[in-house]
Amino acid sequence: MGEVERGADVRVALPTTVDEAVDAMATTPEAQYLAGGTDFCVEVSFGLRRPPAVVCLRRVAELRRAEVTPTEVVIGAGTTYADMGTGALADALPALAAAARTVGSPQIRNAGTIGGNVATASPAGDTLPLLRALDARVKVRGPGTEREMGIDELVTGVKRTALEPQELVVNVRVPRLDGPQQFLKVGTRNAMVIAIASAAVVLDLEARRVRAAFGSVGPVPIRPLEAEDELSDAIDWGRLSASEAAVSRFGELAARACSPITDHRSTAAYRRRAVEVIAARGLRRCLRDVA
Amino acid sequence: MLASSAPTDTRPGARTRPRAGVGADAARPDGVPKVRGEFGFSSDLWMDRMLWGKTLRSPHVSARIVAVDPSPALAIPGVRAVVTAADVPGRPTYGLEVPDQPVFASDVVRYHGEPVAAVAADHPETARAAARAIEVVYEPVEPVVDAERALDAPPLHPDGNLFRHLVIRHGDLDATGEVVVEGAYEVGMQDQAFMGPESGLAVPSEDGGIDLYVATQWLHVDRDQIAASLGMPAERVRLHLAGVGGAFGGREDVSLQIHLCLLALGTGRPVKMVYSRDESFFGHVHRHPAKMWFRHHATRDGDLVKVEARIVLDGGAYLSSSNAVLSNAACFAPGPYRVPNALIDAYAVRTNNPPCGAMRGFGAVQVCYGHEAQMDKLAAALGMDPVELRLHNALERFDRLVTGQVLTGAVPVRECIRAAVAHPLPPAPTPLDPPMARPGGAGLTADHADVRRGVGVAVSVKNVAYSEGFDDYATARVRLEAGVGGEPVATVVAATAEVGQGFVTVAQQIVREELGVVDVLLAPAGTNDIGSAGSSSASRQTWMSGGAIQLACAAIRRQLIARAAASWGCREDSVEWGAGEVVHEGTGERLGLAALLADGAVEAEHEHHHRPTVPLDADGQGDAHLSVMVAAHRAVVDVDPGLGLVKVVQVTTGQDVGRALNPTQVTGQIEGGIAQGIGLAVMEEIVLDEGRVKNPSFTDYLVPTTLDMPAVAATLVEEPEPDAPYGAKGVGEPPAISSGPAVLAAIRDATGLALSRAPVRPEDIALAGHQA
Repeated sequence: MGEVERGADVRVALPTTVDEAVDAMATTPEAQYLAGGTDFCVEVSFGLRRPPAVVCLRRVAELRRAEVTPTEVVIGAGTTYADMGTGALADALPALAAAARTVGSPQIRNAGTIGGNVATASPAGDTLPLLRALDARVKVRGPGTEREMGIDELVTGVKRTALEPQELVVNVRVPRLDGPQQFLKVGTRNAMVIAIASAAVVLDLEARRVRAAFGSVGPVPIRPLEAEDELSDAIDWGRLSASEAAVSRFGELAARACSPITDHRSTAAYRRRAVEVIAARGLRRCLRDVA
Repeated sequence: MLASSAPTDTRPGARTRPRAGVGADAARPDGVPKVRGEFGFSSDLWMDRMLWGKTLRSPHVSARIVAVDPSPALAIPGVRAVVTAADVPGRPTYGLEVPDQPVFASDVVRYHGEPVAAVAADHPETARAAARAIEVVYEPVEPVVDAERALDAPPLHPDGNLFRHLVIRHGDLDATGEVVVEGAYEVGMQDQAFMGPESGLAVPSEDGGIDLYVATQWLHVDRDQIAASLGMPAERVRLHLAGVGGAFGGREDVSLQIHLCLLALGTGRPVKMVYSRDESFFGHVHRHPAKMWFRHHATRDGDLVKVEARIVLDGGAYLSSSNAVLSNAACFAPGPYRVPNALIDAYAVRTNNPPCGAMRGFGAVQVCYGHEAQMDKLAAALGMDPVELRLHNALERFDRLVTGQVLTGAVPVRECIRAAVAHPLPPAPTPLDPPMARPGGAGLTADHADVRRGVGVAVSVKNVAYSEGFDDYATARVRLEAGVGGEPVATVVAATAEVGQGFVTVAQQIVREELGVVDVLLAPAGTNDIGSAGSSSASRQTWMSGGAIQLACAAIRRQLIARAAASWGCREDSVEWGAGEVVHEGTGERLGLAALLADGAVEAEHEHHHRPTVPLDADGQGDAHLSVMVAAHRAVVDVDPGLGLVKVVQVTTGQDVGRALNPTQVTGQIEGGIAQGIGLAVMEEIVLDEGRVKNPSFTDYLVPTTLDMPAVAATLVEEPEPDAPYGAKGVGEPPAISSGPAVLAAIRDATGLALSRAPVRPEDIALAGHQA
């Protein structure tokens, strides 16, 4: 068990293993988990969060482990955006890498983690569309419990999850599919911007199936199943091509699947339009990549 | 140290000058500490036993205050004081033009974030909790957030809702042109978004007065407003400039100054306050949002005949400098063109939106979006090249502004335009470009086929220094003495606020130039022992404080010549000043500075007033401005019309600088100003919902990143200004004026859309012609 320090008036646990982290939370139920802090600390600054105790996860080595197998990629919850953006992880999941590279600044990418992105469950969470498109599964530990659930089961609403208060995201398991994948993110600025709309588009060549999901256009990542079904049928999988009409139709159906809102960042109408455009572009790029 | 790193002027024919004198790329004295993170900013201030201050702000846009109960805050251990309107001993209000803004709201709040109380506590967290604990009972009132409607609405303030109505009537108002173009334009609310948030440290003094260390733009005018509200003689209020992390107009108004002094005097302890980033967005004024209508008349040959304009600036809840901003907007509404006839109808209005005031470009920015869009429309209607139309109508020296004022200084409009468009265009986009370099940047949204290129040009004109009869002056004192080892050392005393613009460098260069010394020390800026320097605003400090230093140096030279004449027993007019020495014209004898200073130090102070100006008359006529600055910009943009995303590829400029006293610093101003101009064109806007600020953070108030910043190529057009020290004009504002309108013109060129609003939002492009 890591030591417990006393700050100004915040108690800090510094576990080095998942077991210690879970134990620390069990003995200090009012504590909150702190990973990269890129959402947590902003909320503290805005006075929206002020836990009497935190359990810091940075020293838990097993949370930072990532493994690429022939069938799946297991990403420890403490894996940072910087980690996801390069190396073997980026080779295995290029769209996740592209998403990770759009997050904040280099400083933010060195701190923020995939576990935090999942547990925060912001509609604009940049890793979520790809995780949703690939039906990633999330392993969760609580005091004396361990369970696994789909990302769609875990993320239940705007910044709402199925996690129990004392549960910790341990890792995210992403299936490896044979086929190209793309991530596109729309923001008003060319870097360091919260998504107005984002898209992950994946071709599963073996299953002959298109998969997609969109961010910032609904309370949770949107999976356009109707669009996927229709396009999967429309693609000529032998020649790996689709008519321009079919691609446009995919964009239209994708936009129809979304339920965007108007807020200070953009309008619902624009977000819908943006999804239509980036869904089609993402698909075109996937087809071009394998052609 | 500075001299050794600065290049010597080796131009053929250049006279021998002290290294790092005027015209050299002298290094900033504060440059290395800033780059190394060692520079002390106002947020770094610290003192033993100091308390932390925190402001309580209104969550309502408009409300009556029914009751304020500080007792729950005072009950928190560690809380030392709570101050409200009832604790302001002197004038309850402050303001740059008219004191119409309460130090703390007492009966009503008129904008979201208006201060209601402040607390001091042992720890910043305690102060924050205490501010939250103050119980304020509000009775919300329907806000007035539309400037046009405010003109007819019941008064929001005892002074009424109309700040100023200014009409410029010039020439024949019935004149018409064969070709007429008309348009309505809108500019959103931009924020200065300086990096260093408002911060300061107030320290009670033994004489019952106060020392305030603060980041500001004008120490003396802060002092006078603080003293009035404290009910204290001005000399007991001593201001000291703390390290300023940017200003751009946002530190002209008082923010935390009076609150801090009240807390320090109330507790008898030093009190520090640092605004958080979100509070900073509530803590200072913004650029006025504008709604504008223009009608331009021209002959078939492209001669401008008449400009009509109606301009409405939303000043927000309090006056700040709205009257002066409006004057600029009206005077420069036609742009840098010869306009024989004009009718400009301009209003600055009070609403329940956040107060608006000074920001880089000060009224000239908003109208530039209008007049430049109009010039492009007119060129299209005439079938004329837009650059040609601008060259054809460009103002020249001895032309008149629409205020009737004859421009007697340098007005190199044509030279600026030609210089801006002479720079080579960037290569066309190709499929091999790095994807991140396309519109959408790191989001990788565009492929080559999705990109359209556009080019636009815009030109601007703005006054330098304060106008309309304001007695604008700056004070400086220079002391020259023998330092350690007998080497001469000069010390400059001035209350000039270094806000990042590089005045400290220019001050050293001027003294080196004038006195031939190498070592020039800058005394800390404060109000203690020197008169006002005026504001570090309106691109005025090189002219004004620089001029004061130059003239103080001239007085020192006269004193040294008198010393030499006395020692040689000759007339003063037979002694000539050389670089750092005096020469006897008759005998050729020389005396160096060290010898001249053996009798003791010499010192001179000068108060430099610029040529008087006059207020505009009932027809908006009069010599209201000291001089004008001109700039031209050409922008090249790539646009993804499908998503409405923009990448500014290149901005080139020709800027009228008079004379570049430090070309590197001028270029720095140009690059920074262009970044701010681009920001307003494509992303920077405070989003309001019924007066409520929706994006008070750098997460949602977007400023350009390096990926948004284009390549910049600048030509400094040097036509010396007759009245100005060394012929140098101000250079800070022009880069931020027409750069944005040039970007908007380029986006119009790329998309074929009318786009009458800045900033352009992605939906304005992507949904144009669609149901929004």
